[in-house]
Amino acid sequence: MDVLYFAWVRERIGLPKERIETEAATVSDLVAELSAREDRYAAAFADLSALRVALDQELSDFDASLSGVREVAFFPPMTGG
Amino acid sequence: MRIVVQEQEFDLGAEANAFAAGDNGNGAIVTFTGVVRDLASGNLDVMEIEHYPGMTERALTKIAEDAQVRWSLGDVLVIHRYGRLAPGDRIMMVATAAPHRKDAFEAAEYLMDYLKSRAPFWKKEITSGGADWVAAKDEDEDALARW
Repeated sequence: MDVLYFAWVRERIGLPKERIETEAATVSDLVAELSAREDRYAAAFADLSALRVALDQELSDFDASLSGVREVAFFPPMTGG
Repeated sequence: MRIVVQEQEFDLGAEANAFAAGDNGNGAIVTFTGVVRDLASGNLDVMEIEHYPGMTERALTKIAEDAQVRWSLGDVLVIHRYGRLAPGDRIMMVATAAPHRKDAFEAAEYLMDYLKSRAPFWKKEITSGGADWVAAKDEDEDALARW
């Protein structure tokens, strides 16, 4: 699946988008898998209350299933307007 | 309904004039414009706005559709820019047209409240002292509770 990062999450991880092969069942599982991979991921995902997640471009939550999901995006709370 | 996400400037007067033109059933048109402000420090050089192409348009469309369900509206317009903006530049506008002004005003406020915390935009302030992401405010999230 494609994993996208925006704003300071993108800056902390150091890239806007990557393709990941994963067996993670939920968003939380994916976060744990990425965090274990490298420090920059662990740093970005240190405080999940400061993060939001979208699955296939719809806001979702960290308990959500990744079954059938093609695109996951992580970002801080939005500041539009 | 028209949803526009663009980098370039927009002409507020032309957009307002064109909006809902030709539909004489609307006795009320409300427009709101958001402008890049330089806070007390007075040293904001650039406001950089990042967004999530694709999701942005979907989120704005959903917000506008929800407004059309809640209020009796003739039309809705949302324009939101991204990229590098300077103090005084217009960031975005919403316009609502309705037979009655209460619907037009309330729907415009609803659009703004949702757009602030449910549309995937992120602002970064760049000053001579460095660059900082603008943090979301609790009151912006709280503002959704009234709807």
